[in-house]
Amino acid sequence: MPETTAGIEYTKVAEIKGPLMVIDGITKASFDELVEIETSEGERRLGKVLEVGFGKAVVQVFEGTTGLTITGTKAKFLGKTMEMPVSQELLGRVFDGLGRPNDGLPDPIADKFLDVNGEPMNPERREYPTSFIQTGVSVIDGMLTLVRGQKLPIFSGSGMPHNILAAQIARQAAVVGTKEDFAVVFAAIGVQYSEAQYFKRSLEESGALRRSVLFLNLADDPAIERIITPRVALTVAEYLAYDLGMHVLAILTDMTNYAEALREISAAREEVPGRKGYPGYLYTDLANNYERAGRIKGKDGSVTQVPILSMPADDITHPIPDLTGYITEGQIVLGRDLFRKGVYPPVNVLMSLSRLMKDGVGEGKTRSDHMEVGNQLYDLYSRAQEVRALAEIVGRAGLTGTDLKYLDAGDMFENYFLKQAADENRNLEETLGRAWEVLSTLPEGELTKIKDKHVKQYYKGSK
Amino acid sequence: MVVKGRIVWVSGPAVKADGMSAAKMYETVEVGDSKLIGEVIRLTGDIAFIQVYESTSGLKPGEPVVGTGQPLSVLLGPGIIGRIYDGIQRPLDEIAQKSGAFIGRGIQTTPVDMKKKFHFVPSMKKGDVVGPGSILGVVDETQLLKHSILVPPYHAKDAKLVDIVAEGDYDLEQVIATSEKDGVKVPLKMYHKWPVRKPRPYAERYDPTVPLVTGQRVIDTYFPIAKGGTGAIPGGFGTGKTVTMHQIAKWADSKVVVYIGCGERGNEMTEVLVEFPHLIDPRSGRPLMERTVLVANTSNMPVAAREASIYTGVTMAEYYRDMGFDVVLVADSTSRWAEALREMSGRLEEMPAEEGYPSYLASRLAEFYERAGRVRALGSPDRAGSVTLVGAVSPSGADFTEPVTTHTIRFIKTFWALDTRLAYSRHYPSINWMQSYSGYLEDVSKWWKENVSPEWYELRSESYHILQREDTLKEIVRLLGPEALPDEEKLVLEVARMIKIGILQQNSFDKVDTYCGPEKQVKLVKLMVKFFKEAQKALKSEVSLTEIRAMPIITQLLKAKFEIPEEQLQKLQDLDKELDEQFRKLSAGGSKTEEVKVVA
Ligand SMILES: Nc1ncnc2c1ncn2[C@@H]1O[C@H](COP(=O)(O)OP(=O)(O)OP(=O)(O)O)[C@@H](O)[C@H]1O
Ligand SMILES: [Mg+2]
Repeated sequence: MPETTAGIEYTKVAEIKGPLMVIDGITKASFDELVEIETSEGERRLGKVLEVGFGKAVVQVFEGTTGLTITGTKAKFLGKTMEMPVSQELLGRVFDGLGRPNDGLPDPIADKFLDVNGEPMNPERREYPTSFIQTGVSVIDGMLTLVRGQKLPIFSGSGMPHNILAAQIARQAAVVGTKEDFAVVFAAIGVQYSEAQYFKRSLEESGALRRSVLFLNLADDPAIERIITPRVALTVAEYLAYDLGMHVLAILTDMTNYAEALREISAAREEVPGRKGYPGYLYTDLANNYERAGRIKGKDGSVTQVPILSMPADDITHPIPDLTGYITEGQIVLGRDLFRKGVYPPVNVLMSLSRLMKDGVGEGKTRSDHMEVGNQLYDLYSRAQEVRALAEIVGRAGLTGTDLKYLDAGDMFENYFLKQAADENRNLEETLGRAWEVLSTLPEGELTKIKDKHVKQYYKGSK
Repeated sequence: MVVKGRIVWVSGPAVKADGMSAAKMYETVEVGDSKLIGEVIRLTGDIAFIQVYESTSGLKPGEPVVGTGQPLSVLLGPGIIGRIYDGIQRPLDEIAQKSGAFIGRGIQTTPVDMKKKFHFVPSMKKGDVVGPGSILGVVDETQLLKHSILVPPYHAKDAKLVDIVAEGDYDLEQVIATSEKDGVKVPLKMYHKWPVRKPRPYAERYDPTVPLVTGQRVIDTYFPIAKGGTGAIPGGFGTGKTVTMHQIAKWADSKVVVYIGCGERGNEMTEVLVEFPHLIDPRSGRPLMERTVLVANTSNMPVAAREASIYTGVTMAEYYRDMGFDVVLVADSTSRWAEALREMSGRLEEMPAEEGYPSYLASRLAEFYERAGRVRALGSPDRAGSVTLVGAVSPSGADFTEPVTTHTIRFIKTFWALDTRLAYSRHYPSINWMQSYSGYLEDVSKWWKENVSPEWYELRSESYHILQREDTLKEIVRLLGPEALPDEEKLVLEVARMIKIGILQQNSFDKVDTYCGPEKQVKLVKLMVKFFKEAQKALKSEVSLTEIRAMPIITQLLKAKFEIPEEQLQKLQDLDKELDEQFRKLSAGGSKTEEVKVVA
């Protein structure tokens, strides 16, 4: 961007509404430009230009407009978009939601400054993700395989253990047989202090904290800042991945708070809303964050994203989970029923999906029966659920022999395969072994998704 | 006269400029100092509203806007196939060469390599009459595709060819022929340009009667689409739209495939780029990439170019249609295109209709789907070509009553309704067989009867009837349990289950199951129908349902789709014999075994 506008200061505030400030008398300002605001008390805040015309600019104030005044407020247009200073020194550090140190240590020395908005990755230069990540969680490894460079969110609900699961993934995730550089980027977006603390401690205990970068916008931090938090975090993730060649796991929690901040701005701008008051561009905006996962041809590193979001009222059709699901490469959905039953991880497998599993498993990557076993388990559990519903009406006595087998297999699936401890790290052999034990309780003829040769090799049940 | 204006307002992809009174509607303009590409979408006094196809970050009021005098157009000529473009026909590989792994701005590119030489074989000679659509000659665009060099549709009729080059290697900028009419000479090259928002003309429209064979059982057998027809595939996230689109792009028996990734995932485009060069077209034995062109405007790329991508794609499709080819265009997803419309409309502060979409949403959708069709192309020699349009729809909350879905349904004839519940139970493709329909069923049945099997229509109806019966019985089962039904009806449930698993479900990722040819489709359906009839007979002759359920042939039938590859279809004959044999044994077994009931 040309430097001509840099440093111009304006004092004519025409209007303040919600998180927005309208500034008059503008002669030179550009779209998306970063603005430094000085309140009449001398406090500094940051904002950016959302709309600009001759003589007028609409500025969004990240730290909120509380306490701003029409007279006495100064706005300095910085002639650049928002940038994040990046370098290797960021590892082990904690920042606020706008990317400023908040661990009491000095500013890290920057290797370079990067626009936090990033740029769209050219699909022609993407490397298609195919490396299996072993998370040690059976249901994920066996049925919802995560691969490097994937974006796989956790859809949760209030009170459910999404944080425990995400932290377990962060601790245990490994690509089998390699010892490569990895890093964790963690962005807390409007979450409670205790949740952020839980993550930090978990990373500390596993010794991963010095390979992590934390961005914290907590529940009592300014809401509008949340628009920036995932962006600075992902900017750092991209830097670590593509400049330093690290394999980065980026955890963003909670994207629902992010979307709400977006809605707040949209409402203040009086835009025509889409569903439930969220702006019509929510999809595009979320995509601009989620698409910042992946791999690049010829580069070593990768960005794997695990965004977490809470579904308002556990409703998966709510715009936030809905649009997220339309962008991400699958979803891990936590289920209230299993959670109440005390099953950890309470993954509702039927609603969950990993779209890149097919590319990360199989001959030469994991095991040749992996995909088929996953498919058959889905089939098993889906049948088991149907039979359960039926059993409620007709009772066990009204069920045929095969149905009864499914009923029991469903229980075994939940208790023996799905359920595990939050610190239990199962390797893939064990996961698939357990899967076959469950499948082997069914008659052989039921395994219609598995090739005969794999049935011969692994099936342990009776005809 | 070149229009020169000045930016007065910027908000995201929307820009207002003054001094634009001489600008034309839909003219492309260069916006700002970095010459971003934009298009005029509204004129009020001397103010033009411009949608900008690149990120406007850093753009300032006061910067210039310069008109090009041209509407948004694509370049049509050899060299398109096998490429990947953004929404306004900029090659993504060229962009990558200039700006690396991330897409920069203001990058100038050419859609095809103008310096590349093609071997031109003339098919006309000096003195011949030429007009719009005449074929001057052919070049091999890829080993799979003979590309006809067309006289542009806007050329004068009944002109005379006064010059044409001899067979040889020429690049795109060389004049290969000259026409003359009324003393006006027109140089002709191997390419021309065409405005994307304007359908290319043709001589005559035909009824679509030939099915587009996709190798997908539930599509071809139950809800077929015809060449030159239209289809939509709506479904919530993760229900299988993209996989189905990929399957059509891979296996459809068309000559050219245009794949538009419109506001979807980057990795899905990469997947096509990685996979297609290695996949072999079953009919020609050549890599699929040699017949495919990709238009990629992913969800994080500028939203205005997403709006344009649909038109860019369909114009290229029409161009290959005009050579006399069958072209299939898949657009994933038209909802993202509609959202782009909505976003621009919102920035222009237009009065919204339902859910914020502009009131012209329906007419834009109609215009798009109207560009499908089987036609007689302009010019000589006589030839027919087709454009088949298939659009994915991504309804918010998987709710089919939202505006994009409801309006789309009005303009398409094949409707593949994806069902979230089926997807949850891993029934893929999760096309709901009760909700879906095809308006081409009767039209294409003649082709099936003549080319595959005289029984096609009956087999389809009989098997579909079993599914319909199951659908009604399901209600009773839900309330009373299956034991409330007589054995005959329990059998219907059993066979419906077999049809669902053995026919409707098709695993795209299985080497064998991914493509199922017409013959295999018919034979599999026939086996299921036969099983049903034999089992009915057996039940009447005192064989118990338990015995029928225990027949090993069932699992064999269910696995035939992936255990028996296309080259070994005779094994289906063996299965047929095995079926006869097992039923013979059953009825010979005579003594009726007691229905085994497990006591709880
Ligand atoms: N025919 C099929 N065979 C096997 N798996 C399938 C099939 N169709 C869909 N799937 C599974 O469903 C997943 C989701 O399918 P797909 O990506 O096509 O969904 P979509 O409808 O395009 O979703 P979105 O709207 O989010 O893009 C796939 O990754 C795959 O695992
Ligand atoms: Mg899709």
